[in-house]
Amino acid sequence: MLTEFGKVLVFIILAAAFVVIALFVARLIRPARPTKEKFTIYECGENPEGTPWVKFNIRFYVVALIFLIFDVEIVLLFPWALTYQDYGIYGFLVGIIFLLILGLGMAYEWRKGDLEWEKPSPKPPNLAKILEKSKRNIPVEVPD
Amino acid sequence: MNLELIIFIVLALTGAISAVGMITRPNPVISALFLIFNFFALAGLYLLLNAQFISIVQIIVYAGAIMVLFLFVIMLLRTGEEPKLFSEKKHIKYFAIVIAVLVFVQLGYLIFYEAPSEYISQRVQQSMEAGTIENIGQQLYTTYMIPFEAAGFLLLAATIGALVLAKKNFE
Repeated sequence: MLTEFGKVLVFIILAAAFVVIALFVARLIRPARPTKEKFTIYECGENPEGTPWVKFNIRFYVVALIFLIFDVEIVLLFPWALTYQDYGIYGFLVGIIFLLILGLGMAYEWRKGDLEWEKPSPKPPNLAKILEKSKRNIPVEVPD
Repeated sequence: MNLELIIFIVLALTGAISAVGMITRPNPVISALFLIFNFFALAGLYLLLNAQFISIVQIIVYAGAIMVLFLFVIMLLRTGEEPKLFSEKKHIKYFAIVIAVLVFVQLGYLIFYEAPSEYISQRVQQSMEAGTIENIGQQLYTTYMIPFEAAGFLLLAATIGALVLAKKNFE
């Protein structure tokens, strides 16, 4: 008889087998005619220029850091969710105090505006103005 | 050969191969992905040892959050232009080989020539029961309640510290 983790293992094996079989069958069926163009990096029809390494905004890193801390909080609350009922109101309060302490961190983060994401607001070009401008500058074509 | 041994061999091979892949790939992003693979194999090994809680921590914290952090660091720092470590400092290579041989000999001795001590084999059953999430919860919320709340304070300090440091350095 399988344990609960054994069932998880069966799921993992089935998922892996699904991917492997699907890719293998696709390889058997599909035609393979590689050309030089097919191996270039797909960039919406443009030729890629320069390095794809762009510097990320540091704010992504701060979000990842906060995520790490609350992830650890989740891990510490896992055993609490399983066992707090055995200890009545006492066991419940232990977890609530823990949550309140971390809620304080969350409140600090919120208050200091680290959850806000300042979006750049580009001005869309005013089409009517551009047209008016271009009208004045277009030289009139003289038909022969 | 029973099922547990087969699973162990598969997981151990996955862990070993992905660890070697991690340190030999020139591209740091691929190295990081190999490291995730290694973390998952380790989580499976912990499960085989009946340490369910550590196994879940391994997947949620290490393979989840810490790997995200690693990848962000790799993305933030432009890599790929630096020269290789071994090509610059040759003597480090010999030092690394000596250390690797020493560790390998130690491990080989421990595995093949050293019998497990009496003390360890007596407590196997106890340690197997101690690793379940329910047992850890029972200990954590009764005996070790104060350290648990202290961990909450530590996390609070880490949250505020991370935010303050990030603001100070980059704005």
